[in-house]
Amino acid sequence: MSKNINSMMLKRQSAEKRFRFYGQASLAIALIMLVVIISSMTYRSIPAFTNYGLNLSINLSKENIAQDNINYRRLIRDNISLLDSGCDDRKCRKEFLRLFSSGAAYELRDTIENDPSLIGKDFSKFILFSDDADLFYKFGIDNSLPESERRLNDREITWLNGFKELGLVEKRFSTNLFTNGDSREPEIAGVLGAVIGSLLTILITLIISFPIGVLSAIYLESFAPKNKLTDFTEVNINNLAAVPSIVFGLLGLALFINFFGMPRSAPLVGGCVLSLMTLPVIIIATRASLQSVPPSIREAALAVGASEMQVVFQHLLPAALPGILTGTIIGLARAFGESAPLLLIGMVAFVVDIPGSFTDPATALPVQVYLWADSPERAFVAKTSAATLVLIFLLIIINLAAVILRKKYQLKW
Amino acid sequence: MPNYHGLFVILSSLLPCIIFLIVFISIDGFIKGVIIQNHLPNSLILLGQEEVDFSVSILRNNIHNLQSILSLEILSTDSANSLYNYYFFYRAGFLTLIICITTFLAYLAGKKLNVRFDARRNVEKILKFIFFVFSIVAVLTTFGIILSLIFETVRFFSQVSFSEFLFGIHWSPQTAIREGQVGSSGSFGAIPIFTGTLLITAISMLIAVPLGLYSAIYLSQYARPKVRNYFKPILEILAGIPTVVYGFFAALSVGPFIRSTGESLGLTVSTESALAAGLVMGIMIIPYVSSLSDDVMTAVPESLRDGSLALGATKSETIRKVIFPAALPGIVGAILLAISRAIGETMIVVMAAGLAANLTANPLSAVTTVTVQIVTLLVGDQEFDSPKTLAAFALGLVLFFITLVLNILAMVTVRKYRERYE
Repeated sequence: MSKNINSMMLKRQSAEKRFRFYGQASLAIALIMLVVIISSMTYRSIPAFTNYGLNLSINLSKENIAQDNINYRRLIRDNISLLDSGCDDRKCRKEFLRLFSSGAAYELRDTIENDPSLIGKDFSKFILFSDDADLFYKFGIDNSLPESERRLNDREITWLNGFKELGLVEKRFSTNLFTNGDSREPEIAGVLGAVIGSLLTILITLIISFPIGVLSAIYLESFAPKNKLTDFTEVNINNLAAVPSIVFGLLGLALFINFFGMPRSAPLVGGCVLSLMTLPVIIIATRASLQSVPPSIREAALAVGASEMQVVFQHLLPAALPGILTGTIIGLARAFGESAPLLLIGMVAFVVDIPGSFTDPATALPVQVYLWADSPERAFVAKTSAATLVLIFLLIIINLAAVILRKKYQLKW
Repeated sequence: MPNYHGLFVILSSLLPCIIFLIVFISIDGFIKGVIIQNHLPNSLILLGQEEVDFSVSILRNNIHNLQSILSLEILSTDSANSLYNYYFFYRAGFLTLIICITTFLAYLAGKKLNVRFDARRNVEKILKFIFFVFSIVAVLTTFGIILSLIFETVRFFSQVSFSEFLFGIHWSPQTAIREGQVGSSGSFGAIPIFTGTLLITAISMLIAVPLGLYSAIYLSQYARPKVRNYFKPILEILAGIPTVVYGFFAALSVGPFIRSTGESLGLTVSTESALAAGLVMGIMIIPYVSSLSDDVMTAVPESLRDGSLALGATKSETIRKVIFPAALPGIVGAILLAISRAIGETMIVVMAAGLAANLTANPLSAVTTVTVQIVTLLVGDQEFDSPKTLAAFALGLVLFFITLVLNILAMVTVRKYRERYE
């Protein structure tokens, strides 16, 4: 009998241990996946933060250029040709030039415009390589593949090795990533345009959804009569918070763009769509923090003769404000990382210029990630990972702001 | 309280004016269109509707400047001048009208003020009304969604039969760009899309439900408060990572990994497999399951747990046989919400699941989902009348309806559960 019970107890105890282990294992798996995602993004993004380039000596003597109208593209071409390529036909020269970034001419223009005293002198300029050459220096090349299947042919590899032996090749931190807009050339593409586009969009979202959200929450919490309409509104808001984001994109397309005739691809429309999405989040957060203010405060204010409106605006709202702001920031962070609705309203355009106003064509940072992830060039893999890191970094800052706000100002009753 | 008197005048004169302005802005584009259409030369109208629409839209964008109207060279100098004048008078007239109304209302409100007038109560009434209008915005949004979806869907079904859409098994919406081209009618059988969505959702639930539930059980029942406070927010970071990052991860790492693993086992796996998208989506959904289940399990009354433990049950027996059944409605609600989230998730599947509408239950092959199709049909410039674009709205309506049902079911179960223990 006791033997039976003992074995049964052992069984039960091991079942207990197993069960507990399952729980720990699940949690561990989830956390490991988090680490894997973040670290794989970080690892893959490393190559995007540096660029290889060539220190090219540029001869800017006066006879080479007509003072007012410098043809930078030609200037670059002529100076690169001074390097010994050993070419004697056009095709070969073209291949040689293709090793260098097509953005080099613009950079040279900026350098000279910033410092016109350079005109008439010889100086050395850092010229970026094109993405294929850059990848060659970063990772080398798989020589086992036949020449026709490689991105670089044998002659190009000889040139690149030649540059290295001459000591002209240099690796620098890639500022392009943070100071440029989008580009077809991976080595000069940057996220600045997308970040600005995102910020403009979020600003519109904040301007629209914050006042409407807070005031409607106040109405529902403090003034609304208990009737069918109020119930309906409440169910509605709860449901709206769980509607798939892409449906908001459909609404934006049908309503804002086709019906109201607002411009496509603009942060204005993006902001409107995202604010409809953020609205329920803000309303729910505001109501929750209004509810957490103890009723004694409301009653005390009413007892000394304040009107309901005065109670809300002079007593409840200040007390609930930290919670409201935290909820708003979290809602905005969600909108910041959202891309599906923006795809539908045309914020997927290829935009080189950095947007300057709410109606300029723009793209948002998450959409930029999507666009780059679709690009066939191998160098964009690193760029995309770097862009996701920038996105996650910005989100961490936004969420930290929410945490600090809550820690510092949250009242304990 | 002079403040309230001033506020009363401002509110009662500016408010109608703002409403007026909003109406004006929303019909402005339409009115401009009508004015422009009346000025278009006959020769252009004969070229067909498409040409007219195009001219109207570029004229509309340039109407505020006479020079740029002329530079478009659509209108003769005379009609350009006349168009600009019409536009100018329409704008000026409207502005004058608004200013007059505002002044008049301000005058009326000012006249009302006297010693006996209770300005505060009136101001509060007006403010209350404004707040009420704001609280209606959320309802209007829902109506906007439903109306715009239904409107376009009806147009879709005037071109494609209802039964073909719901029961057809071939999906190839690629219609010809020009009329009269060979094969100009696509086929719109949505069954492969629905099965694809179901397949990916099922895979993600197979990941998210056990991992999420066990994590919730561990965090709410076993972990010390310190551990719990530390790990719960970290787990919720998974829900805060933008979906586009998951999508990129799925397409870049998980897809190729599954493919190479499958090939080493002798299976044929496409790079964009349902498995890759479902796995990553499952990871994203874990916190949605765990957070709410954690809450409902914590809310189970202490007395139930104590009773079970006092009878000699082990902790795991208590959880499985007492706490879990008691919390079941809440957990079911959490899972329903998670399913709704998975069905509506877009970026992961767009980037990792592919476009091929295969009717298959094989998780290793490429499938497509409702959201993927909506995105592919609508991204890029489209004429707005083709069944291809309208199909996206029909799919959107299906998506909205299904998630609506799931959300409401979840809300009802969770609410019932809460009522039981409160």
